[in-house]
Amino acid sequence: MIPLQPPAASTTAEGIDRLYLVLSGITAFFTVLIFSIIFVFMVKYRRRSDDEKTVETHTPLIVELTWTIIPSLICAVLFVWSAALYVQNGRPPASSTEIFVIGKQWMWHLQHAEGPREINELHVPVGVPIKLTITSQDVIHDFYIPAFRVKKDALPGRYTSLWFQATETGTFHLFCAQYCGTNHSEMIGWVYVMPPTDYAAWLAGGEKTESLAQQGERLFTQFGCNSCHTGEAGAQAPSLAGIYGKPQKMANGETRVVDESLLSQAIWVPSSVHLPNYKSIMPTYQGQVDSEQMVRLIAYVKSLGSEERNGK
Amino acid sequence: MLRGWPVSEMAAHSAHPPGFAHQFETVEQQREAGTLGMWVFLVTEILFFGGMFTSYIIYRSLHLQSFIQGSHELIVRFGATNTAVLIFSSLTMALAIRSAQTGKSKGQIIFWLILTMILGATFIGVKLRFEWYRDYVEGLIPGVSWLDGGTHTPGVKMFMCFYFFMTGLHALHMVVGLGILTVLVIMTARNKFSSQYYSPLEISGLYWHFVDIVWIFLFPLLYLIGGRYPGS
Amino acid sequence: MSAATADLHDAPAESGVNYLNADYGIRSWLLTFDHKRIGLLYLASITVMFLVGGIAAVLMRIHLVEPQGALFEPETYNKMFSTHGIIMVFFFLVPSIPATLGNFLIPLMIGARDVAFPKLNLMSWYIFITGAALALLATLSGGVDTGWTFYPPYSSHYSATNVTIVALGVFIAGFSSILTGLNFIVTIHKMRAPGMTWFRLPLFIWAMYATSLIFVLGTPVIAITLFLLGLERILHVGIFDPAVGGDPLLFQHLFWFYSHPAVYIMILPGMGVVSELITAFSRKKIFGYSFVAFSSLSIAVISFIVWGHHMFVTGQSIYAGLVFSVLSFLVAIPSAVKVFNWTATLYRGSISYEAPMLYALGFIGLFTIGGLTGLFLASLATDVHLNGTYFIVAHFHYIMVGGAVMAYLGGLHYWWPKISGRMYPDLWARISAAIIFLGFNLTFFPQFMLGYLGMPRRYAVYPAEFQVLNVLSSAGASILGIGYVIPLIYLIWSMRYGPVAGPNPWKATGLEWTIPSPPPTENFAEIPVVTEDAYNYPVAEAHKYPDAPGVARV
Repeated sequence: MIPLQPPAASTTAEGIDRLYLVLSGITAFFTVLIFSIIFVFMVKYRRRSDDEKTVETHTPLIVELTWTIIPSLICAVLFVWSAALYVQNGRPPASSTEIFVIGKQWMWHLQHAEGPREINELHVPVGVPIKLTITSQDVIHDFYIPAFRVKKDALPGRYTSLWFQATETGTFHLFCAQYCGTNHSEMIGWVYVMPPTDYAAWLAGGEKTESLAQQGERLFTQFGCNSCHTGEAGAQAPSLAGIYGKPQKMANGETRVVDESLLSQAIWVPSSVHLPNYKSIMPTYQGQVDSEQMVRLIAYVKSLGSEERNGK
Repeated sequence: MLRGWPVSEMAAHSAHPPGFAHQFETVEQQREAGTLGMWVFLVTEILFFGGMFTSYIIYRSLHLQSFIQGSHELIVRFGATNTAVLIFSSLTMALAIRSAQTGKSKGQIIFWLILTMILGATFIGVKLRFEWYRDYVEGLIPGVSWLDGGTHTPGVKMFMCFYFFMTGLHALHMVVGLGILTVLVIMTARNKFSSQYYSPLEISGLYWHFVDIVWIFLFPLLYLIGGRYPGS
Repeated sequence: MSAATADLHDAPAESGVNYLNADYGIRSWLLTFDHKRIGLLYLASITVMFLVGGIAAVLMRIHLVEPQGALFEPETYNKMFSTHGIIMVFFFLVPSIPATLGNFLIPLMIGARDVAFPKLNLMSWYIFITGAALALLATLSGGVDTGWTFYPPYSSHYSATNVTIVALGVFIAGFSSILTGLNFIVTIHKMRAPGMTWFRLPLFIWAMYATSLIFVLGTPVIAITLFLLGLERILHVGIFDPAVGGDPLLFQHLFWFYSHPAVYIMILPGMGVVSELITAFSRKKIFGYSFVAFSSLSIAVISFIVWGHHMFVTGQSIYAGLVFSVLSFLVAIPSAVKVFNWTATLYRGSISYEAPMLYALGFIGLFTIGGLTGLFLASLATDVHLNGTYFIVAHFHYIMVGGAVMAYLGGLHYWWPKISGRMYPDLWARISAAIIFLGFNLTFFPQFMLGYLGMPRRYAVYPAEFQVLNVLSSAGASILGIGYVIPLIYLIWSMRYGPVAGPNPWKATGLEWTIPSPPPTENFAEIPVVTEDAYNYPVAEAHKYPDAPGVARV
C-alpha cells in the first residue's frame, strides 16, 4: 500500500539500500532495547510508598567503558562502510557518456553531447554509465534522482558532477532538492531510461543539431576567442589544444586541474586566473556568454586535442 | 531606576565600599566576576572579527593579485601613523589605571583618560579625513562611490569591501570605546574610584587594549600584504 | 524595584514576601534586575513566539494534505515555512530553556543571590524582544521566503522579501544569547556557594555551562555572517556573487559554523533538565555523574568541528567529506553515553510517574530515535540520498520537538511549584504528555518514510503518490497542537487556583528546594554551605561492589 522504498534502478542503489537497512536495524535495535529496559524498570521499580529508600549503586568504570566503546565500534564500522561506498560512487567510469545539466529558476536544461536538448526530461540508455556535469544559471539548485540514489548541488559559477548507470528501463522522478525560490517544488521532471537501440533512435530522431562541441566551435569564433587563442607560438593567449583535464601551473605557484570550473572562471572572471608567462589582458565575458553558451564552449575546448577534433 | 541600588541602602552597609553590587558576597568576588566577564566578552569579539578575518584570508588566497593591487590603493603612512597613535593610547590608558591603582589624584587619572580619548579621536580623524574621504573622492568605496575601470577591477572591489567592513567595524568599536572613556571620566570626576576600587577602569582598559590589538592585526593584513613600502 | 525590597539581606522568608509579590506594577517587572522575574519575562516572550511559529506549522500541515496544496500559493507557503523555521529556531528554541529555566534556576542551584550581572541580564531581554519584534514586524509586513538558512545567491540577489529586516532581527537577538551565555559562565565560575565544588553541581548546571560556551563562541559568527549577507543584499558588493569572484558556499560554511553548534544549544539544556527529572523521580543518584558531566562538555567542543556534514552534496572535496563524516559519528557517542546513564539511573530506583517524569522518559525514547537517525546523515553514502528530503525534517524534529520541547515542558512542570508557588493539575498534565507523545510520532514518523521515498523538503506541491503519508503527518500535527494548548490553559489556571505548593513538593534534592515556593527576592536568607554531592537521596543500605581493579566510584 505505502511503498517502503523508491525503485532501486541504478548500480549503486542496492549498496546504499543495504547500508540504509543496516542503519534502520541498528536504530530499531537500540530503540527497542532502550524502550524495553525503561519499561521493565518502570514497572519493577515503581514507587510503592512515599518513604521508601533506594539502593546506592556505584558506577563501575567497566560499564561506562563498555557502552562507550561498543557504540564507537559500531560507528567506526558504519563510517568505513559508508565512506567506501561514497568514494566508490564518486568516481565515474572513464567510458561515461557526458551530459550537461543547467539549472535555472525553475527548470532543468539538459544538453546531450551529440546535440539534443531537453527541458525537465532526461533520456538515457540503460546499462551505460552516464556522467552529469551540473551548473546553475542563477541560484543554488540541486539535481536529485531518488531512484538512482544520486544528488548533487547545482552552483552558479561552478561545475559539479555525479554519475550513474541505470539498471532497468522505466520512468523515474527528477527533483530539485535545494530550495531555490517560488517554484522550487515545480522544478521537477522525469528520467526516461530506454533500451540502447531505442535511445539511439531517440538521439537520431527529432531536429538535426550539431554536437555540443561543434556549436561551441562556432561560438568560439563568434565571440572572437580565436583572435587571441590562435594556437600559434608567441600568441598573446595560451593554446587550448589538449589542456582539458591536465594540471596547470598558475602564476602564484599553485597547480589546478583544467576542468569546467576553471574554464568558466577564466571566461567569466579572467582577472582571477593568472598564468605564468602571460599578461592578464583577457577581457571578461560576464554578461555576454550565458550558461548554455558556456557549456558549448567548454565542450569545444574539451574536444581540442582529442581524436574527434575537426581541425581548428 | 536603572542606576542600581538606592544610595540610602548602600550607606547602611558601610562595610561595603561604593560600587559594591549586592548579588555578590565580597568585593573580591565582584572584581573577579567583572574581570572574567570582560575576558569572556573579548573572546566573543575575537570570534566576531574572526568571521571577517577568515573570509578575508580565504578570498585573499583565491584572488591574490587583485588583493595586492587593492592593498596598493591604501596609504601606508597613514596606517602606520594610526598604529603608533593606538599603541600610544594603550600606554596612556594603562597609565590612567596605574594612577588609580597607586592612589593618585582624580585630576591625574582624568588627564591620562582624556589623553587616551584624544589619541582615539586622532585615530578616527586620520581615518575619516585622510583615508576614507580620499577613497570616497577616488571612487573606491563599493556601494557608495565606486568607479569601475582601470585598476578598479572586481577583485579590487572585493578587497575594498573587506577593507571597509573590517576597518569600519573596528572604528565602530573605537567609537564605543570613546563613549566608555567619557563615562569613566565622569565617574572619576565624581570620586567613584580609589586605590581600593577601580575595576571599571581596569575592565575598560582590557577592552581598549583589545581594540588596539585588532588594529595591530588589521594593519599588516590590509596595508602591508602588497609587499611594498615605505611611503607609497 | 522599590526601595522597600531593594535590600537583599533583610526581608525574612516567613513574612510571605516572595519575588512575585515583593513589588507590584508593570514598572517593577519591566525594570527588574531579579533573575527570577527576568526568567518569567522570557517565558512570556518565547511563549508568544512559540504560538506564532506553531500557527505557521499548523497552516503548513493543513496545506500539505493536498498534493497541489490546500491553502496557499507556493509563494505564501514558502513564507510560511521560512517564518516557522526562523521563529522556532532563533526566537523559541535557542532561548527557551536557557533564558527561562536557566535564568530562574542557575543562581538558586548554585546558592547565589542572582546572576553575576543582573543589569546585563535585563538588557539581554530587551535586546531579545527588539530582535523578535523586528522579525515579527517583517513577517507580518510581507514575510521572508528564504528558509531559515538564508542561502545566497537567492537571499542576496533574488528574493523580493524582507530578508534584511529579518536578518537584522536575528542579528540583534544573537547579542541577547551572547550576553546571557557570558552572564552564565561568570555566574557559574564565580558565584557558587562555599562548598559547591564543580563536581557537586547539579548536572543541569554542567549542561548550562556547556551551552553557554557555545553561545559565546558560536553566536558571534552567525552575527558576522548575517551582517555580510545584509551588506551583500543592500550594496551588491559581490562577496557571495560568483560573477565577481565571490563564493556562495562561503556563506554556507560561515552559517553552519554557528548553526550546527546551535542545534546543541537547543538540546544540551534539555539534557540537563532530563538529568534533574530522572534523578528526582527515581529518588536516586545519577548513574555515572562525571561521565554525564564530561559528555556535555565534549558535545559542546566537538559540535564546532562537524558543520560540513550539512554540505556533503555541495561538491566539496571527498577529503572534507570524510573528515566531517567521521567527526559527526564521533559527536554521537557522548549523547549515547548519556542515554545509557539515564536509563541505568532508573535501576533500583523508586520511580513515580508524574508528568515531568513522563516527559523525561518520552525525551529519552524520542531522542534515541532522533539521534540514531542522525547516523544515517553522518554516513556519507546515505546522506547523498537523504539530504534535502523529509528525512532531514523528521530527524531534526525528533530531536528538537521530541527532545528539546518535551524536556522544556517537563522542566516547566517540575519547577512550576517553585516558580509559581502552586501545583498544576497532574492528571491533565499526564494526559497532555500522552497526547503530545502520540501526536508527535504520528506527525513525524511518516516523514522518515517520505524522505527515503525521495520527497524533497520545502515543497509547496508534491507528487500524488506521497499523499497518504502527508495526510497521516498532518493528522498527527493537529493532535500535537491540541497537546500543546492544554498545558497553556491549566498552567495559567493554576497560578490562581492551583493548590499551594510547599518548598519541596517532590521531595527532591537540590538547593532550589530548600527555600520557599515562590522564593524570596534575595533567594537565600543566608548563603548555604554545601557539604554533599548532588542527588544525595536517602539510601536504604550501602550496596557494596566487590573491590576489583577497574571499579571506580564515580
